[in-house]
Amino acid sequence: MNLAVPQASSLEALPDGPLDLPAPAHADFAAWQLLESVCDPEIPVVSLREIGVLRAVNRQPQGLQIIITPTYNGCPAMEQMQDDVRRCLQQAGMQASVITRLSPAWSSDWITDEAKAKLLAYGIAPPHSKPADDGQNRIRLVQKRAPVQVACPQCGSVETTETSHFGSTACKAMYKCLACMEPFDYFKPY
Amino acid sequence: MNASAEFVLHLADNALILGQRNAEWCGHGPILEEDLALANNSLDLIGQARLLYQHVAELRDDGSTEDSLAYFRDQQDFLNFTLLELPHSTALAPSARAERDYAITITRNFLFSAYMLLVWEQLQHHADAQLAAIAVKSLKEVKYHLQHAADWLVRFGDGTEESHARAQAAIDFLMPYTQEFWSEWPSAQAVLGDTTVLLSAWQTTVHEVLTQAGLQLPPSDGYVTQGRAGIHTEHMSYLLAEMQSLARQHPGATW
Repeated sequence: MNLAVPQASSLEALPDGPLDLPAPAHADFAAWQLLESVCDPEIPVVSLREIGVLRAVNRQPQGLQIIITPTYNGCPAMEQMQDDVRRCLQQAGMQASVITRLSPAWSSDWITDEAKAKLLAYGIAPPHSKPADDGQNRIRLVQKRAPVQVACPQCGSVETTETSHFGSTACKAMYKCLACMEPFDYFKPY
Repeated sequence: MNASAEFVLHLADNALILGQRNAEWCGHGPILEEDLALANNSLDLIGQARLLYQHVAELRDDGSTEDSLAYFRDQQDFLNFTLLELPHSTALAPSARAERDYAITITRNFLFSAYMLLVWEQLQHHADAQLAAIAVKSLKEVKYHLQHAADWLVRFGDGTEESHARAQAAIDFLMPYTQEFWSEWPSAQAVLGDTTVLLSAWQTTVHEVLTQAGLQLPPSDGYVTQGRAGIHTEHMSYLLAEMQSLARQHPGATW
């Protein structure tokens, strides 16, 4: 537990949504582009920007300040991601500090469309958009939830069933395809 | 310690102690999917505990760290609800060494998650921006925990004769401990304000799920436990010994 401490400093507003790679003319394009190679260690096909974890690159007198945000509070990959970001920039001769911010809270809606396509190709069904919060029935303990159609990443069939709401990582549920019988992960809307 | 630092410490201790308890199922779950579910639940709770301890350390500004708070405090310094430190052993068991009972695990998760859903909802608008940020993130997680526990409680209550009997025994045994959620405590009042609205919402949730499960709502009366004031059961020291011994034998160890 004695690793980098998330901080509440830097109170400038962070973006609340998916981020595109900035245009080449952007002052920090080089850093953004280098960071395209840093992936979520548990889903090594999407970059931290694409999955919504990388939130900002700020210029400071002592170097770059990179802001990342956790997906789930207990995500054990956070420290690894901080190290990977720092190392990636250092190897290119850039000094960088990495800080973690909690707000605004990460949502699976921040995953870019390109990343959703990559997840699918990797065998993980990408998350559906989160339903709009109508303030009603925010949690349905008794009434059955409306079934969500999750297409099998192997064969495309929507004849699938959730075998467990909790999977190999906090962000995924386990599904089984009833057409091709393959098990697969579904990235949960969050 | 001021009221809000004390209440945040209480929230952190709650999350850590239940996270530690539920992690006992890791490798021992009744089925693989539940093993994963409880491990996920623990990971969420321990993640929440870390953020909360870090915030306590900031608020106290006395050199404490998340590690010193988790590993180097003794039983009487922990402010968690007594409910959360109880072992998973069956309500009808003669001793804490008896076999773990999943009905206890699920019923406790249900009662506590239903409470925390309301607490996090309230705190997401708190003036302390970091506490509010932790609340927004934790709220997402506790919804999963509550849904998971409620689904299983209904399945137990509405299941076989044995699952029904065990679930009823669990709720009968645990319900009195929930009095501690609502007993008067200035630190809670300072942060949460008037909790009577929360109490009524919590009772509605409990009633709704128990009714669906075909379980009887037991009275919650008798002795009011005081884990929150550092007065714990005999189970707490065993839990802490298991959790803290490595850190204390090898202070500052890393891997």
